[in-house]
Amino acid sequence: MTTTDERAVRAEHDREAALATLAVVRRKRLSRRLVVTIGLVVVAVAACLAALSVGDLTVSPLQVLLTLTGGGDDVSRLVLLEFRLPRLAVDLSVGVAFGLAGAMFQSVLRNPLASPDIIGVSQGASVGAVAVLLVAGVSGPLVPVGALVGAAAVAGLNLALAWRGGVSGYRFVLCGIALAFVASSILNYFLTRTDSRAAQGALTWIAGSTISATYADFWPVLVVVVVLLPAVLWLDRRLGLLEMGDQTAEALGVSALRTRLVAVLCGVVLAAVATAAAGPVAFVALISGPVARRLAGDGHPALPQAALVGMSLMALADLAAQYVLPDAQVPVGIVTGIIGGPYLVWLLATGSRRRSA
Amino acid sequence: MSATDTVAARDGAEVPSLVAHGVSLAYDKQRIVHELDLDIEPGQVTVIVGGNGCGKSTLLKGLGRLLRPDGGRVELGEQDITTMSSRAVAVLLGLLPQSPIAPEGITVGDLVARGRYPHQGMFTRHSSTDDQIVAQALADTGTADLADRRVEELSGGQRQRVWIAMALAQQPKVLLLDEPTTYLDVCHQVELLDLLADLNQRTGTTVVMVLHDLNLAARYADRLVVMRQGRLLCQGTPRDVLTPATLQEAFGLEALVVDDPVTGDPMMVPVSSRRRPRS
Repeated sequence: MTTTDERAVRAEHDREAALATLAVVRRKRLSRRLVVTIGLVVVAVAACLAALSVGDLTVSPLQVLLTLTGGGDDVSRLVLLEFRLPRLAVDLSVGVAFGLAGAMFQSVLRNPLASPDIIGVSQGASVGAVAVLLVAGVSGPLVPVGALVGAAAVAGLNLALAWRGGVSGYRFVLCGIALAFVASSILNYFLTRTDSRAAQGALTWIAGSTISATYADFWPVLVVVVVLLPAVLWLDRRLGLLEMGDQTAEALGVSALRTRLVAVLCGVVLAAVATAAAGPVAFVALISGPVARRLAGDGHPALPQAALVGMSLMALADLAAQYVLPDAQVPVGIVTGIIGGPYLVWLLATGSRRRSA
Repeated sequence: MSATDTVAARDGAEVPSLVAHGVSLAYDKQRIVHELDLDIEPGQVTVIVGGNGCGKSTLLKGLGRLLRPDGGRVELGEQDITTMSSRAVAVLLGLLPQSPIAPEGITVGDLVARGRYPHQGMFTRHSSTDDQIVAQALADTGTADLADRRVEELSGGQRQRVWIAMALAQQPKVLLLDEPTTYLDVCHQVELLDLLADLNQRTGTTVVMVLHDLNLAARYADRLVVMRQGRLLCQGTPRDVLTPATLQEAFGLEALVVDDPVTGDPMMVPVSSRRRPRS
């Protein structure tokens, strides 16, 4: 009898200890998340202020705030509201869209390489957008539609090719890389078949550029991000469970197939509208998710944080793109490519160590 | 019963039945399990054994709705399991697959807490009841002192106990486990099976598991199910089932069956043509 009593006492003690540790673990995790999120917001706000004040005409941060709230002089109103703000708005919205799209694809395919610019979704969107721009010869609201059709076509084809009674992440990524090459070829075909002046404009766009960004580019991205926000929140928790494996997730009541399809659908739409607005800006989608994850450090997908990282990354990269060369602006995609290339090399070099499940 | 037991105890609801009616299971059109009928006794420990590739893990997946039958049906609580939502199944039935993946950076406490997911609504997150249940699961599996560690830092044995803790936190009425003793040394194997037997005794949870070790299977099973080539070879109490004839048929193994000196359960001793009694 004493032994059972002792065991009961010990079990009770263990449970109390576990309860206390659980509270500490949760507090630590949430406070780190909070600190990271606040830090990212601060960086994003600082990037915005910098983007608005730096330029041929320097507007002090105070003046920026004044102008944005309805005050300020005519010159700063013109410079900020007509030139810098629309460009910044495109940067931020595109950053959010790419950041979310990348994090979703990476989570759902359990592969840090699985970002829309690697697996052909961005290339598909480019083909669609360029087809509308060059072949049909129209611009405006049809460009995002064309991008969406192109991105969906590549993703759909990829799903069909990679389908084996379900989607395996590895196969999807490999098929996607192949499809990205096919889409790039089609893109190059379009460019060589059109007259050089139109192709020149398209080339800048293809490098990923916000040089001629207007509010017209911004609104579709904003609308899509806002509309998909509930889906993002719905996915955030489920994707975390899905990362434990389809079977574990199903056993916990998460429909793996439905979650995966919703995530791929959201990712395709986000990547497509972002590509339509700013071109296939390289690597933002690839980098944002892993950076956010590493900052949060708790094994959750961290989708909101990925959106914040994408936002800051786009704003800062575009700032560099405008002023890094003395006389000329470079497309933002070139700056992000310079940052992203080494990251990809690092990822491939260290990736094999994390392959063990 | 102490206060600790009431937390883990069922809410009085009955343990649902789990029945396979002529179930066939296949991967990519290749049939693994053929028209199998099986009635899992509610509230008992059923152990599925059989040689490699006999379809025992596949059968477990079929019973747990992870694999859709391409013939016949599985009924949980007299309802066709494929017509139930993932969540409705998850509230009643838990399944621990052979190789679950721990996301990088997740802590033990956080992972085990994920077992509460099917019981939580869209907006209701962790309640203090959830915390109590998670703490109980950690204590029951001897992982209470690991709660703040990262899962990737743990040994294979510790990790396995953490996954079991997650399945316990789910508080399923039927718990399916696919080779839960893999990665565990012999001491932890016995501890784990004791834990599952205890859970079964205390709460009436139906336990169905695939085991490789026949002697542990005989010791812990109320019912043994023996499979061969995707079909049921025989089932019954370990005493009825674990015979030299069955071992020959199921595994092609010549073996003696003696009494387990500790429990009196049947125990098999393989006969090897290479090794003979030492002089």
